[in-house]
Amino acid sequence: MQGAGMIDHYARQPFCFSSCMELREVLGKRAMDEHRLLELIEEAPADSIYYHTHSYYLRHAYTQQLYSNDFANWIALYAQDRVLGERLGVLDPFEFSDIEQLRNEIVMILADHLHHATTVARCVVSEPFEFIRSHVIEIPLGLEAGSLWEFREALADVEVGAIFNHVCEARMRKKPLSMDFAYWLSSAEGLGLRELALKVERVGRLGLSLEGMRIKILRLCDQELARQRTL
Amino acid sequence: MLEQYRDLAPQGTVDLLRQLGRRVEGRSLIHVNSTRYGGGVAEMLHRLMPLFEELGIKVRWEVTAGSDLFYRATKGFHNALQGSSQRITTEMFDEYIESNRASAKRLNLDAEFAMIHDPQPAALIDARPRGATWMWRCHIDISTPQHSVWRFLRPFVIRYDAAIFSLPRFSQRLPLPQFLIYPSIDPLSEKNRELPPEEIDRVLERLGVPRDKPILLQVSRFDRFKDPVGVVAAYRLVKKSHDCRLVLAGGTATDDPEAAEVLAEVQEAVATDPDVHILLLPPTANLEINALQRAATIVYQKSTREGFGLTVAEALWKGKPVIGGETGGITVQLIPGVTGFTVNSPEGAAFCTRRLLNDPELMALLGQQGKEYARHRFLITRHLQEYLGLLIYLQQRIPNG
Repeated sequence: MQGAGMIDHYARQPFCFSSCMELREVLGKRAMDEHRLLELIEEAPADSIYYHTHSYYLRHAYTQQLYSNDFANWIALYAQDRVLGERLGVLDPFEFSDIEQLRNEIVMILADHLHHATTVARCVVSEPFEFIRSHVIEIPLGLEAGSLWEFREALADVEVGAIFNHVCEARMRKKPLSMDFAYWLSSAEGLGLRELALKVERVGRLGLSLEGMRIKILRLCDQELARQRTL
Repeated sequence: MLEQYRDLAPQGTVDLLRQLGRRVEGRSLIHVNSTRYGGGVAEMLHRLMPLFEELGIKVRWEVTAGSDLFYRATKGFHNALQGSSQRITTEMFDEYIESNRASAKRLNLDAEFAMIHDPQPAALIDARPRGATWMWRCHIDISTPQHSVWRFLRPFVIRYDAAIFSLPRFSQRLPLPQFLIYPSIDPLSEKNRELPPEEIDRVLERLGVPRDKPILLQVSRFDRFKDPVGVVAAYRLVKKSHDCRLVLAGGTATDDPEAAEVLAEVQEAVATDPDVHILLLPPTANLEINALQRAATIVYQKSTREGFGLTVAEALWKGKPVIGGETGGITVQLIPGVTGFTVNSPEGAAFCTRRLLNDPELMALLGQQGKEYARHRFLITRHLQEYLGLLIYLQQRIPNG
């Protein structure tokens, strides 16, 4: 697919692919109703808010529920509060630049809903909301890409945990953002492709699965490679 | 040996394991439990040990021993911690401590990491070597324990560096990090490897189980929590409309003195029905269990309390529809209508059985989806990955670890 005679632009710093695995820690904090859920969301460690809003992507498709955040699913399913479930379910974690912003938004929606509720919502089944946090262990894959073509080829083949690591983990938990696909594509040490980077950054916000994100990013890379060939 | 999992585990898993292994290569790890054969813990350890070794971890497995009184005490603990009312005497508590002291003297506990499995050897914490990182791996549900037993065990448990539970709801309020790791099955073990049809036929013939009608199967110890009497009741309801056989295949473990009592109750319930087969299998009957599961039409795990219930994962891996009690780890293995059904009574089990027997296409679909789900969530490769991740995490967090 690489065009004959095309000169690949090489980055000063290659992109190093790493996969990751999730280690789950039970915090021993359980909510039986929405009021307690709100209190615990306010005091839970950031890693727990992250787990309940991002780990959806790492789960097997058979266990993925309607919404991508656990708070919304529990409220709709067990607390039987469909309206609040929907208000939380529509939240897009990729809209927020850090976990505290996301937590504040969740707290605001919950508090506002409970403040205006005419009846006290109660959990009607004995399934508490269990607070869990995740520790992500990064696993370098020994795979590097220096050009857009190499990046595209590696991305097509890489284990799916790497997509999570470079899209979710890199944005929300790792500072600086050097592990982020979009950052590397746009930065001066990377490829300096700002337009492509912007499009790649938006992929997280499309509500796709990790495999879906892979396919979309590959398509964007192919379009950019095709554009470069015409220059 | 790891290479043999490449085509069985999800893509990329073996390479990830090798990468993780490098981070703890050369470290020493000891596993301690109370029985070498029988029961899920021993079975998992037999399979995990060589894989840890292949990844360069210096791993050993030690087994505690004890008197009859010790085994009666720990069986009582096991039931009491899972919520059943048990009478534990002062002598039994004393024997538990004495047996653990004796084991501590006899066993070589010298390792950088130790994973102590279940309540039986929990008191070994008294003998932890300086600087070692100890984890208590609890395979059972201790969420609603009999308080006298938990009050006795808790002071031992809180001295560990971390605890590992199979489900969040199994855990207790403890002042130490509690991790969540599902147990697993090994697709290459004698119990789960592929079997040619003629081998399945041979084994069933030897066991005296004809293959002339659909086979309903439950494989588990004769233990009250596994509800074998409830399975017989479900079978009787199904039998009114569908001609079928019931096979109850029960292994016994060396630390399970209550099994004979429960077996007698089952035999009484079955009476002289020629289509019910009670098979008493030794702990080493892995080939027989494999063949029975592969020959079964529907597999039950109708427990009323359950640790994790890995017989469910075994059946899922063999592409069988499974009906399980809505309890413990069965609820994370059976996604209703996707990989099987969960039920709360013999009537519920009978209803789902009839539905499946009437719809072979649904049986095939659940079987296919169940196998795929087991591949991702319940194989030994995922289990090993999480144990390695935990060792890496603990060695970073605890400077001496």
